[in-house]
Amino acid sequence: MIGRLIDGVPARGLILLGLLMVAALVAPLFASDYILTVLILIFYFAYIGQAWNIMMGFAGQLSLGHALYVGLGAYTAASLYVHFGIGPWLGLLVAVPIAVAAGAFIGFLAFRFRVGGVYFAILTIAVAEFARVGFDHLSWTAGSSGLFLPVKQYATNDLWSLRGRPVMFYYLLLAATALAFVGCRALLKSRMGYFWLAIREDEEAARSAGIDTFRYKMIAVMISAGMTSFAGVVYAFYYNNLFPEQVFHISRSIEMILAPIVGGIGTLFGPVLGAFLLTGMAETLTGTLAALGVDIPGAKQVFYGICLLAVIVALPDGVWPWVARRLGLTERNK
Amino acid sequence: MPLEIYLNVAIGGVLTGLVYGLMALGLSVIFGVVRVVNFAHGEMMTIAMYIAVTLFSAFHLDPLVMLVPIAAVLFVFGYALQKALINPFITRPEHSQFLLLVAVAIIMVNVLLILFGPDAQNVQTSYSYDSFQIGPVIVDATKAYAGLAAIVVAVMLFAFFQYTHIGTAIRACADSYTGALVVGLDVKHLYALTFGLGAACVGAAGVMLVLIVDVTPPLGPAYTLLAFVIVITGGLGSMPGALIGGVLIGLTEAMAGLLFTPSAKSMFAFGILVLVLLFRPQGIMGKRSAS
Amino acid sequence: MTALLSVDNISKRFRGLLAVDKLSFEVPQGQIFAVIGPNGAGKTTLFNMIAGVFAPNSGGITFAGERIDGLSPDKICRRGIGRTFQIVRPFPALTVEDNVIVGALLHCQGVDDARVHALDVLRRLDLYDKRTQRASGLTLPDRKRLEVARALATDPKLLLLDEVMAGLRPTETDRMVSILQELNRDTGLTILLIEHVMRAVMALAAQILVLHHGAAIAEGAPEQVVRDPAVIHSYLGAEDI
Repeated sequence: MIGRLIDGVPARGLILLGLLMVAALVAPLFASDYILTVLILIFYFAYIGQAWNIMMGFAGQLSLGHALYVGLGAYTAASLYVHFGIGPWLGLLVAVPIAVAAGAFIGFLAFRFRVGGVYFAILTIAVAEFARVGFDHLSWTAGSSGLFLPVKQYATNDLWSLRGRPVMFYYLLLAATALAFVGCRALLKSRMGYFWLAIREDEEAARSAGIDTFRYKMIAVMISAGMTSFAGVVYAFYYNNLFPEQVFHISRSIEMILAPIVGGIGTLFGPVLGAFLLTGMAETLTGTLAALGVDIPGAKQVFYGICLLAVIVALPDGVWPWVARRLGLTERNK
Repeated sequence: MPLEIYLNVAIGGVLTGLVYGLMALGLSVIFGVVRVVNFAHGEMMTIAMYIAVTLFSAFHLDPLVMLVPIAAVLFVFGYALQKALINPFITRPEHSQFLLLVAVAIIMVNVLLILFGPDAQNVQTSYSYDSFQIGPVIVDATKAYAGLAAIVVAVMLFAFFQYTHIGTAIRACADSYTGALVVGLDVKHLYALTFGLGAACVGAAGVMLVLIVDVTPPLGPAYTLLAFVIVITGGLGSMPGALIGGVLIGLTEAMAGLLFTPSAKSMFAFGILVLVLLFRPQGIMGKRSAS
Repeated sequence: MTALLSVDNISKRFRGLLAVDKLSFEVPQGQIFAVIGPNGAGKTTLFNMIAGVFAPNSGGITFAGERIDGLSPDKICRRGIGRTFQIVRPFPALTVEDNVIVGALLHCQGVDDARVHALDVLRRLDLYDKRTQRASGLTLPDRKRLEVARALATDPKLLLLDEVMAGLRPTETDRMVSILQELNRDTGLTILLIEHVMRAVMALAAQILVLHHGAAIAEGAPEQVVRDPAVIHSYLGAEDI
């Protein structure tokens, strides 16, 4: 099993991966509180990027509404905790099926009629927006005034109920990202992975090669939705407050997919690298502007947009394929 | 509630819907010809709205008077955007185009934020509180003017595509990119013209809308989304479809605002979208594909 | 000989145009059967109906004793009909090997088994040495062979070939002809091909059907068909054989 996962990966790729993992594991020993929060954000986006990539990078279905799954996960787990005292891991057992069902609903609507490309993307936005406005008016989750989890200073880290200091969330998200990475590689190398790539490349040709494209697209959406909802659960217990306006907003959905696109769609390292680059870039900009004494709302985002533009124009396939070529890390076929 | 209230709100909704329709028309034209989904559509509209607000507060120029000049500015802007940034992306995959336009949209929203701040701004014309009374029905003057202007602009656009030489050439491009190249049309130029026209449409719509709603920078993404909903409801690529979709969505929002709560109105617009995708995925005026 | 595929009185109408008009024919098990005819005769429409891209307006298609008209393309492929596209459609970003593995996975559960099978097919089609190249970088003849390889990897009982010779040079055509002959001889594969290149049709086909305006104007052995006055008049005309 393990042999199969590292099959074809150059040795120096494995060494590099090992070094990165070690660095990530020891990072909290050296990182300041601020750096730690940035790292948490990076792995949060890396994990979601990985989940989104299954849909877009593997199966070729562009979702612009992934905030929906984060929000459903976050709201389900948080309200179960607030109303019934049910902990996050048990909440996850409810949250994941809900998100999967939402994904299945969207997938069914779109794929049954072969609604593709742009239509599908817009449908995903529309459902997420529908949820945003809906949750604004849902009194059980406190509507637009926000759902708050009880918070106090935590001396210890309670992983079972996800109450603790940031370092706990750091390791949780690191583990999730690592697992997602390995899981995605396993999926990509599986029978289903081949079918997804075929669908992404040319759906009609895939059908004529005997692939039940409806079924495999549905599975991709459902896996992606379920994985993403876990990030939502962590989000709820990390931030301890949820507002529909923030959680479900389209700008959240867009934020989530920038990392895998900038990093390189359909690649395994893309989402991780993209999360480092984008979050790093955003934080550097914040720091630089603060140091320069510039305090204009929006200035940071303008630079961010320009950097983004530069990356897209210069490296259309994303940064990772370029880096991989430079480092001689392209995977070899036997 | 007396019946007149429903009627008044419905008429207001239809008139606002016409402006929505004009906005969506811009998106539909761009998609129909250039095959690029303009994810910065609402943002372009807010630019037009801020130009109108600024001209009004600085020089007391009435937005409706400035409609043509502002639309012209947006045309140039759209033309330049397509020529400089989007044309090289024509052959790239959808997600790549999407990302490009999202980056453009992020820049637009935040430049507006820097220039104008986060507070809502509006235009108070001499006729802001006027209304017409036709029998039992009362219509806001601003909405009436805006709705009429939207119809005029839309008719001009139809005429342009139907009866002018350039309009015909653009339709040829929409039918077949390669075909247009073969007969020697300057496709890149025509694409830029189309994008400019789409931008002018949404610019004109913005100028009309500024009479009806307050403008803030984050309005952009919300209207981008609304334009998508309308275009898909009406039928992607169909010009009458965009207007009909706009009216339908405008009416739905107005009635939902009256019957339920104004803050939930967009939910009903999305509900309509889902219904359309369920029962008539090609949109109200869209054509079924050949197979 | 029993018929593997039998097409019974099928018609297909696109708006006003009658593309295929009450067409019937049978392809016996193990035969190479060619459909020829001028452009617009309805050949590709016929193919698309057999392959499940669209259903006939009337009539029925029976394959291996079961009705298949109206089934979706993937179901038809799983019943045992592999196809190529007139305008080739390999999966561009995938390697040659992976393209064929996708086809092989229809019947192989494991990727390793599929790879073994795919490599066999690639050897048969002279693509083994190019297996690590991306499909997008291949020349047209190679892409055509890749299409055939992907379809073959699904282990079809019937292979539908839509103008696989078009755009090939004579030597490449001859190579493709001999590959198809070997396949037919060694594995008993039944092949239904649409073809314009008469040189290939004459070398391959045991039976020819000539379509014109959606209807059959001649059917029979190659030597017999090419001498048919109606065929010469409507199709072959000046073209030298």
